[in-house]
Amino acid sequence: MNRSLHLFAGIIGSFALSCYALVLLPQQQLGGLQPQIAEDEGKIVDIYPVKNVSHEEGRAIYQSEGCFYCHSQQVRDEQNGTDLARGWGVRRTVARDYIFEKTPVLGSMRIGPDLANVGSPKWRNENEGEYATYKPKKRDASWHLLHLYAPRTVIKSSNMPPYRYLFETKKISGQRSVDALDLTGLDAPEPGYEVVPKPEATKLVAYLLSLDKSHPLKEVKGSAPEVAAK
Amino acid sequence: MTAAALAPTPTTAPAPAAPSAVQVQAAERAAIDASASGPVLFFFGSAILWLLLATVLGFISSVQLHSPGFLADCPIFTYGRILPAYNNALAYGWATLSGMGVAIWLLARLCRVQIKIPAVLVTGAIFWQAGLTLGIGQILAGKTTGVEGLEIPGSAAVLMLFGYMLVGLWGALLFGYRRQAPAYISVWYLVAALFWFTWTFGLAHLSIQLPGVTGVVQSLVAAWATQNFLHVFITAIGLATAYYLIPKVINRPVHSYHLASTGFWAFILFSGLTGAVRLSGGPLPVWLVTLSIAATILLIVQIATVSANLLLTMDGQYHMVYHSPTIRFTVFGALSFTIASVVGLLASLRSFDRLLHFTFFQSAQTHLLLYAFFSMVMFGAIYYILPRLVGCEWLSSTMIRWHFLAVAYGAGTLIVSLAVGGIASGAALADPGMIFSQVIEDGVRYHIGATLGWVMLALGHVIFAFHFLLMLFRIGQPGGEPTLFAPIGEEKH
Ligand code: HEC
Repeated sequence: MNRSLHLFAGIIGSFALSCYALVLLPQQQLGGLQPQIAEDEGKIVDIYPVKNVSHEEGRAIYQSEGCFYCHSQQVRDEQNGTDLARGWGVRRTVARDYIFEKTPVLGSMRIGPDLANVGSPKWRNENEGEYATYKPKKRDASWHLLHLYAPRTVIKSSNMPPYRYLFETKKISGQRSVDALDLTGLDAPEPGYEVVPKPEATKLVAYLLSLDKSHPLKEVKGSAPEVAAK
Repeated sequence: MTAAALAPTPTTAPAPAAPSAVQVQAAERAAIDASASGPVLFFFGSAILWLLLATVLGFISSVQLHSPGFLADCPIFTYGRILPAYNNALAYGWATLSGMGVAIWLLARLCRVQIKIPAVLVTGAIFWQAGLTLGIGQILAGKTTGVEGLEIPGSAAVLMLFGYMLVGLWGALLFGYRRQAPAYISVWYLVAALFWFTWTFGLAHLSIQLPGVTGVVQSLVAAWATQNFLHVFITAIGLATAYYLIPKVINRPVHSYHLASTGFWAFILFSGLTGAVRLSGGPLPVWLVTLSIAATILLIVQIATVSANLLLTMDGQYHMVYHSPTIRFTVFGALSFTIASVVGLLASLRSFDRLLHFTFFQSAQTHLLLYAFFSMVMFGAIYYILPRLVGCEWLSSTMIRWHFLAVAYGAGTLIVSLAVGGIASGAALADPGMIFSQVIEDGVRYHIGATLGWVMLALGHVIFAFHFLLMLFRIGQPGGEPTLFAPIGEEKH
């Protein structure tokens, strides 16, 4: 009996330790993180991060389609990779960046590029060239929609799946819709028809364009100090 | 502590028997097997169905990486849903059910207790699978929690947990009523596995419902749960099984009980602290990752003792891999455990992790542990246990041989493709001048390699499932002598 007491004590104790060190202690340390507020003469001039409620639906689609099995949303510093040099962010991301996300999509794979800042004007991936037929410096909503519908029309070797089911092919009645995709070649619909995004695709792209974690934070060295110092 | 008490007379699974007691013991074992046969067959049968489903899903997800248009127009088959469905079917369908089947049988045998009211176990397995089916259905329908590793929504997870707890409770009762003291090393691992799983799974799914757990802590909980599943639960059942089967089949005691005990305590202490390596380099306090790397390094104690112990037990008996299917699969698994652990240790070091973190190397590591180690040991165990439950021996050693060849080469091809592809893309991405499209293009050959591996695995699984089905219908060799690749005594060098 004595021996099984040792066994039980060991099993329960080790589990308690594991749970304490990797769940409870971090929750204690990080659970109370607040947004960073900059005040100027008693007036709040800047808050980061801001709760991004208007894009919750788009975010839910990002999760239900499982985009995060191929895309991370975390930028590492120079010691841990080339993320900054690739233009995926201007600083590494830290715990405070995610406080308003109940279920963050940090991701564990990079089959595609990191998307933590894909909506930021400073985001860069790769430029137009041998591999990419159409790569404007700033990807806008219509670029993202085209890319979602048929990634290979813009990036030749892409292995991102096409999300054609987030679009519908309609007969053009009168005027061509403003958000109809500019498709050419094999992807183009029959004459008289057009491909337009379903609401899901529009929301998803709006969410993508809202992704921007480049705001400076006081705990991150190297992110522009003027605002952080205030 | 326990080790000192047990040494120097090592206890092994086969209890030393006085000739007069042999028949009594055989009768007792037969009675235990008879009491276990219903639930254990149910566990194995359903596990194999999940394995077949996982094979299909794994194959599809692999094809999609080199042919992204494959089944892309149907939302339920999109890569981002197929992949988590595959992971869950493999982990909670095949691995957990086969593991629980083996665990229950081992506990009954090693504690020398017959299973009372086996219907409870069957009910547990039904709840578990009802929850899992619902959960995977929801993943495919796009209703996931969106948390990697904990995709199954709460309601389905509750069904699974309830089912699991019935099985866990029955396992604990077998231990409570044991008639064999002291407990064999396998029993320690099994009791640990049953306990850790319940709490990890329960707390992790609970955290998703708690509004207070947000941000990176939620990601950390998921990483902790995934790591505990693979590195505590799955590993413990795999090792318990290997510690039983190897001594049993070659008919000699475990080499050293001291080593076994040291390994167990190192395992239970350090494994549960390794979870944060999954988020290495991420937006977490550095101390967390450092702690997990340190725990991973300290696990070397377990890797060394377990590997040495199993290898020394086999010493001089390696020819048994030519004869015994059980030994061939189990030794393959045990060696994979050593490889997986050493690779895991090296890959956790910051200088390697930096390159390999977001690549397929991670997937290679998971498959090394979950397939090349655990699943191979489970195959070995099923080859050993099933004849004792159905009363006849496996029909065809050729089929077993083909099963082994297909899954060994299949797993090898899959894992090497993933690992080499991961290293190649990690090295390429370390050069900021290397454009992403080039990396994708260079990766195609490795994805094709992985798909080839899947084809071989599928072949092996179909053969195995068919052979299993024959056993269920009692189509086999007459009971008594196990089906061997070659008769013992005819050495093949
Ligand atoms: C099978 C893996 C995979 C999945 C799933 C996936 N992607 Fe991608 N994604 C890629 C790859 C590879 C690239 C790089 C090539 C390219 O741009 O097409 C990429 C690129 C991108 C880009 C950046 C393009 C640029 O250069 O500006 C965006 C934005 C994107 N994906 C969004 C998404 C969204 C949204 C989803 C989910 C609906 C998704 N991805 C799902 C693999 C994937």
